[in-house]
Amino acid sequence: MTAQNAILIALALPLVGALGIALAGRISANLRETVTLVTAGGLAYTVWQVVPYVMDGGRPGVTLAEVLPGISIAFTVEPLGMLFAALASGLWIINSIYSIGYMRGNNEKNQTRFYVMFAVSLAATMGIAFAGNLFTLFLCYEILTLATYPLVSHKGDAATVRSARVYLGILLATSIGLFLPAIIWTYSVAGTGDFVLGGILAGKLEGPAVGLLLALFVFGIGKAAVMPVHRWLPAAMVAPTPVSALLHAVAVVKAGVFTVTKVIVYIFGVDNLFGAVGSGWLLYAAAFTIIAASVVALRQQNLKRLLAYSTVAQLSYVVMAAAILKPLAEIGAAIHIVAHAFGKITLFFAAGAIYVAAKKTELWQLKGIGYRMPITMTAFTIGAISMIGVPPTAGFVSKWYILAGAFQADNYVAIMTIILSTALNAAYFLPIIYMAWFMRETEPPAKPHGEAPWPAVLALALTALLTLAFFFFNGPVLELERQVVAGMS
Amino acid sequence: MNALTPHLPALQVIVPMLMAPFVVLLRARSLPWAAATATSLLAFAIAIQLTMIVIGGTPMTYQMGSWAAPYGIELHVDALTALLLLLVTGASSVALIGGRESLAAIISEDREPLFFAAWLLALAGMAGIVVSGDAFNIFVFMEISSLASYVLVAGGPDRRALPATFKYLIMGTIGATFYLIGVGLIYMMTGTLNLADMELRVHEVADQKPILAAAGFITVGLALKAAIFPLHVWLPNAYTYAPHIVTAFLAACATKVSLYVLLRFDFFVFQQNLIGHEFQFAAYLMPLAILGILVGSAVAMFERNIKRMLAFSSVAQIGYMMLGASLVTATGLTAATLHMFNHALAKGGLFLAIAAVAMVVAGSRLSDIAGQARRMPWTFAALVVAGLSLIGIPGTAGFISKWYLINAALELETGGVALVALILVSSLMAVVYIWRIVEAAYFGEPTSDEPARVPMALVVILWAVAIANIGFGIAPELPLALSATAADILLGHVQ
Amino acid sequence: MDILGIYHYWVFAILLMIGFYAVIAKLNLIKKLIGLSLFQAAVFLLYITMGNVEGASAPIFGYGAETFSNPLPQVLILTAIVVGISTMALGLGLVVRIKEEYGSIEEDEIQEMDRR
Repeated sequence: MTAQNAILIALALPLVGALGIALAGRISANLRETVTLVTAGGLAYTVWQVVPYVMDGGRPGVTLAEVLPGISIAFTVEPLGMLFAALASGLWIINSIYSIGYMRGNNEKNQTRFYVMFAVSLAATMGIAFAGNLFTLFLCYEILTLATYPLVSHKGDAATVRSARVYLGILLATSIGLFLPAIIWTYSVAGTGDFVLGGILAGKLEGPAVGLLLALFVFGIGKAAVMPVHRWLPAAMVAPTPVSALLHAVAVVKAGVFTVTKVIVYIFGVDNLFGAVGSGWLLYAAAFTIIAASVVALRQQNLKRLLAYSTVAQLSYVVMAAAILKPLAEIGAAIHIVAHAFGKITLFFAAGAIYVAAKKTELWQLKGIGYRMPITMTAFTIGAISMIGVPPTAGFVSKWYILAGAFQADNYVAIMTIILSTALNAAYFLPIIYMAWFMRETEPPAKPHGEAPWPAVLALALTALLTLAFFFFNGPVLELERQVVAGMS
Repeated sequence: MNALTPHLPALQVIVPMLMAPFVVLLRARSLPWAAATATSLLAFAIAIQLTMIVIGGTPMTYQMGSWAAPYGIELHVDALTALLLLLVTGASSVALIGGRESLAAIISEDREPLFFAAWLLALAGMAGIVVSGDAFNIFVFMEISSLASYVLVAGGPDRRALPATFKYLIMGTIGATFYLIGVGLIYMMTGTLNLADMELRVHEVADQKPILAAAGFITVGLALKAAIFPLHVWLPNAYTYAPHIVTAFLAACATKVSLYVLLRFDFFVFQQNLIGHEFQFAAYLMPLAILGILVGSAVAMFERNIKRMLAFSSVAQIGYMMLGASLVTATGLTAATLHMFNHALAKGGLFLAIAAVAMVVAGSRLSDIAGQARRMPWTFAALVVAGLSLIGIPGTAGFISKWYLINAALELETGGVALVALILVSSLMAVVYIWRIVEAAYFGEPTSDEPARVPMALVVILWAVAIANIGFGIAPELPLALSATAADILLGHVQ
Repeated sequence: MDILGIYHYWVFAILLMIGFYAVIAKLNLIKKLIGLSLFQAAVFLLYITMGNVEGASAPIFGYGAETFSNPLPQVLILTAIVVGISTMALGLGLVVRIKEEYGSIEEDEIQEMDRR
């Protein structure tokens, strides 16, 4: 298959799959889950077909339609998008396996709608990853917001709908109120919104306007959860755990930081932004978010909310790394997207498994749970130490590159932030690990339980292994992302 | 090109008008509907033909009875006219095709011939307003369409439709009479009723005061008919209590036709003849447009009856069109005329969806549709698409006109950013009220779970409109070409 | 030009305002319609008087007249009168229906009934 065809298939396959899931859902649950898995597998296979082209320096692209003169729906694959698409499509397979265990284990209602909207969300994610210009990216970004809404409000009771409204309200308000004006501004200044290495705004926008436009982008891309537009992410935790795991640890939030990175690299241009006045604030905003979110996480009692605030902090790692504006840090930003994805999806899988098996959601309930659910808690431990950044896990690799980039720029704010937040990460994850393994249950559970259903356990074991494996086998990813920083000073 | 082609502008009006008395004579069930639908489709075909002719930019004129203008009545078709003709005839056809069962449920069999005759007269009147190049002729057509619309609005089973229609009648007549006074004053000073002739003669008039008064009367009168804030008070109740299909038809095109006359008068006749008119036009109408956008959206956010909510949304959307026009730039006018087209698609789709829903549930309040999306998945999916277009989400038609409107605002030296902020804020308000419908429909607790039967024709036509919303959002060449040409034509008269 | 010399415009303006006042201020629907009718009639007068030329005859040639009044406004107003009658008929028809449904033709009472 040619790269162009692969792109089109990757965009269409999840949508076709969604239709298939909807039809299969009327026949039997087993058939529906089979269709989901086949679609996920097919999507990952298709996306991986594009990798060799991009590795060789190719930038395959297709233009679907020209909406207005100069504004078209076009897709172009470049290294950042390639990485994001490969990551999301690959993890969808594992997440689908996990979903089967979780949704059946919990006897959730409306499962067909769940799987259908999940597939639609993945289609939108592929669109974001492959988008060739700002307009296309915005289109897919909004579709993703709308498609995830039914997933977040899945439970359907009043409290859930309230949270889902916060989720939708913040994401739509920031995207329409800030992101869209930024896009329009870009188009009117540069005459184009295409992603071009080195930036399209070079020499066209100067002075404080650069800082203002950057602010519109960063806060408009609410999915990147830079404070103060992070509140939707804790609100989204009312969703079933597979949604939190794949969408609110990988696809949706990574779409946000991915977009921010892409805007910095391809719209502003890293070198142009480095010298510009009024762009330095982004680093401080991200650093503040990292520290503040970590402190908030420290005070959480609910496991999923803790993970949500940890995600807010980790997302700003990516934004901060991108804002250091040095080659090694940009690589670090890209790698952190992957590293955090592996670690955080493992943590969410574990949290969901605990909920399915033991119906426990609060931290104090987790005493001694390591003995009842050894595999789950081992995976949880691996995910947690990856978040802290201890070798041999994925988190270490990305932190290494971000730190190296910070030293390259002699940026001591970034260095201090990373050191401080590492300490904070340790402060909120280690007590959980300690409780799970080294304390005794205060009272026996109402019903003795072991591990969660096997598909869930299989999925979380796989992602934990990936977290470890990435420490050793990260060469191809590095090679891919080096292309982004080629020619940078 | 055939022998009939030169007569198309006249046929556009004459065909539905002559069919109306014929329809009254049809007595068998469904026959009046069939005849009206066929006529409407024929009118739509004529409108498409005319569009093909004038899309290049050359207008077409027609002398009624071969009496030469300015003495005879002249019909005039240009790109803007074609856009409006497509809207009027298209909305009528779509509403009729989808609306057979919805209308049959509320119109008793013996009244059907009269009802559909009134529908055709409304159609003929609106088409007449659009094509006519004669100021008094426009008044007559305006009254034909208005009187017929009053009959249509009052046709519903809800008794509250009657006081609503009465209010509509009083305000509509005042608006039309104001317009008549303005035309009289101009005639007094220039001795002509032909719009093109007026344009040349007005500046020969030594004393401009009566012309200024005429401009005021005409603008206010048409603003009443077009429901420009704060002259919109007749609209919400009329739209709410009219039969659903009638609402879909009128919401798509009725106010836009008056807006069209307003634009033609202000840009063709007054703009270059009255000193400072450009400034006055912008200075009076822009604040009203802004207030209309804000107030309309805000009221819609808190409204519990969906039809009233959408009616107030219409007030806001008319504000968008006025805002674009009041900028008096090529981009602004393109945005205004394009928004006429796109808003008709979105709002027509929404009201059609409400008509479909109302065939199953009793009322049109938010509480009535709770959880109904499960019973009518296709209907509500189309409603969501049209709603997204109304909000202006990229990939839908609504986005294109908002894009142009924002660009037009950005072209302003000062205040442009504030206008952009206004447009975005009101878009967010649209998100809120559309989302209240979605939330009620998809996440409310349904009263019953049995699958509902919505007439197939209605669902099919509803989806045709929904797909048009997406289609014109991805490939907007046709309406864009028409509205860009229309903007050029309007601005061609500004010096 | 002295201000009373164009007295017919004063008649027009006063009649117009009386009609307009009735439409706005009267609560009785019939009285509203009467106001509307006056309002329209005033405009008819505006048109008809503007076409008249003092001392001129009807535009019929061959009877020795030198100056003619403009006939066109009268023709226009003939049409406008038809429109006015239709509006009035429809309005009265509506009032009959309102009376049947609500048992009242007072606007405030009708509003009160709908609020409940």
